[in-house]
Amino acid sequence: MSDPIQFTCPLPLAVGDRIVLGHGSGGRLSAELLRDVFLPFFHSPILNRLDDQAVFEFRGARLAFTTDSFVVKPLFFRGGDIGSLAVHGTVNDLAMGGATPLYLSAGFILEEGLEIETLRRVAESMGRAADDIPVEIVTGDTKVVEKGSGDGVFINTTGIGLVPEGVRLSPALVRPGDLVLLSGPIGDHGIAILAEREGIEFSTLLDSDSAPLHGLVAAMLAVSLDIRAMRDPTRGGLSSALNEIASRAGVGITIEESAIPVREEVRGACEMLGLDPLYVANEGKLVAFVAPHAAESVLAAMRRHPQGRDAVLIGAVTDTHPELVLLRTPFGTTRIVDMLPGDQLPRIC
Amino acid sequence: MKYLDEYRDPALARRLVAEIRRSVTRPWVLMEICGGQTHTLVKYGIEELLGSQIELVHGPGCPVCVTPLEIVDKAIAIASIPEVIFVSYGDMLRVPGSHSDLFRVKAAGGDVRIAYSPMDALRLARENPQRPVVFFAVGFETTAPANSTAVWQAKREGLRNFSMLVSHVLVPPAIRLLLEQSANRVQGFIAPGHVCTVMGYEEYEELARRYKVPFVVGGFEPLDLLEAILLLVRQLEEGRAQVENQYVRSVSRGGNEAARRRMMEVFEVVDRNWRGIGPIAQSGYRLRPEYAAFDAEKIFGVETISAPEPPECISALVLQGLKKPVDCPMFGTRCTPATPMGAPMVSSEGACAAYYQYRRHAAPPGAQT
Repeated sequence: MSDPIQFTCPLPLAVGDRIVLGHGSGGRLSAELLRDVFLPFFHSPILNRLDDQAVFEFRGARLAFTTDSFVVKPLFFRGGDIGSLAVHGTVNDLAMGGATPLYLSAGFILEEGLEIETLRRVAESMGRAADDIPVEIVTGDTKVVEKGSGDGVFINTTGIGLVPEGVRLSPALVRPGDLVLLSGPIGDHGIAILAEREGIEFSTLLDSDSAPLHGLVAAMLAVSLDIRAMRDPTRGGLSSALNEIASRAGVGITIEESAIPVREEVRGACEMLGLDPLYVANEGKLVAFVAPHAAESVLAAMRRHPQGRDAVLIGAVTDTHPELVLLRTPFGTTRIVDMLPGDQLPRIC
Repeated sequence: MKYLDEYRDPALARRLVAEIRRSVTRPWVLMEICGGQTHTLVKYGIEELLGSQIELVHGPGCPVCVTPLEIVDKAIAIASIPEVIFVSYGDMLRVPGSHSDLFRVKAAGGDVRIAYSPMDALRLARENPQRPVVFFAVGFETTAPANSTAVWQAKREGLRNFSMLVSHVLVPPAIRLLLEQSANRVQGFIAPGHVCTVMGYEEYEELARRYKVPFVVGGFEPLDLLEAILLLVRQLEEGRAQVENQYVRSVSRGGNEAARRRMMEVFEVVDRNWRGIGPIAQSGYRLRPEYAAFDAEKIFGVETISAPEPPECISALVLQGLKKPVDCPMFGTRCTPATPMGAPMVSSEGACAAYYQYRRHAAPPGAQT
């Protein structure tokens, strides 16, 4: 073996000196950025838990607090738009902590030249999405950048929610034996966006699954408090969500390929484009880790709720292969489901 | 899903596996050529199913992996020119050159775009007449028809701002090189289905005759590959060395003649350097002199860029089927898809990357059965 100094292959991407698109993919590069750039300077035990939301006690109440930015292209797509997505995304991050959403903020970064009518449509959609939940948008901010420095509209939303008494959701609570429930078919959002952007047409129309999940979460918690953790598998897809839980909880996860629902249109597009639905973004799905004795009743509650109609049991938590997610193929073999090193679909949400 | 599910049917797979196990009386070493086939075999864990008598080794059929360092360096040099729009298939962006990769060129301000077809690059050239648009034409015989058609079309339209950086490679010369090595262990080949869709399989008949080695043209789904393995095993057990076609739904003996005519109108055969293997005579394509006006190497003066291939890992041995990815001491430690030390780790279709992505939890294949 030669001396490593002689290799002309460059330093790994992860320690490159510039941001690449993959840093925003929700995969391994995003995690490394967090670990190497932010966490060393932000001294917070709450942040260090790296949950989708910060949950903390305040004068006897348990509050959930979260923020998310939305840079989706195109701004309007089948099944939603950047406005509804910005509301749903943050509400869902609160919901994954078991919280009932209370208030949102909305920050807009607008590109010079944007048509006001376009912004009006976005605002109208945000308002409608917030009313439906209901959650109030109580504060906001607007900045304009020069033409070329942005891409139409970027939105940041921040949300506060209230965690009901007795609800404790955290990856740290996940343990071997827990069962893994998925609320419905995966990949709809990512493929709907990609189809819109690349002009791919399907024989049937595919909508983004963008939807608020707080109602489904409340229905699940109403039947059992033995739900350990939840994740909404947005960018990075189901694979990233499962890998995050596996590594935070120090457990292994085994899932059954044949149990994971994927719509025909999504499968077809993925086959055509060489993508794996396990890595494609969702905006209205959740994956829940549930104590084995509670799984049946939670699954039944999910199926009674419109957002969880197609909910399924996809796998189980194990102590045999810590921090690895394995998938059992229909052939009886197993393979690793890894976190992506970078981007599969650049800038999808 | 029609045309997919029937090739992934677990019950049919079990029947084929049982038939393969029944047919085998002694050990055989088989090689698939195409990276797409490698990916399927590793993703579905097919070797686990076959028993200890059959060893699958993975050939040099990942075009991204075998693209030589100097071509990647040329791509990086061109993509770094401010006015250039550089268009590439997605998985070339992560491939490390001597000092950088296309992702970093993009991050530093280069206009690097991902396309699914060279026709997208052609469209960009029409839409941006004032800017040079360069397509990175990498691939085996499979992508050559579309790439040659893009150049042909550009010439017909008189598009002066379109050009191509060509790094095409051909499968049969690489197989010939493998078979002429005294250390060769491969006893039967799964020939690449998509390459044969274009080229037909007469070239492989010549190889089978000359080297007395059986070939089965195979598809890319699990059942395709199991059936191809079964056909190969039967040939080997019966002492035959023929070319059989498993992938009949796509491949005919004569291939796609119209596509080949177009390719040969635009390209000519040339010696090529293969990353991890070295130079192979008459193993690739370049643009014919009549199309020199579309040759990005000439237009941007990067012909003289050369990069010595580093004494990389054990990729040459892996690409020739002499070693498995897991035999390398750097596998999964210093060498991962995020930190590739050599050719087969750089693309998801490379053998090392496929093992890393799907199978690093398992004992070395063969040890399990």
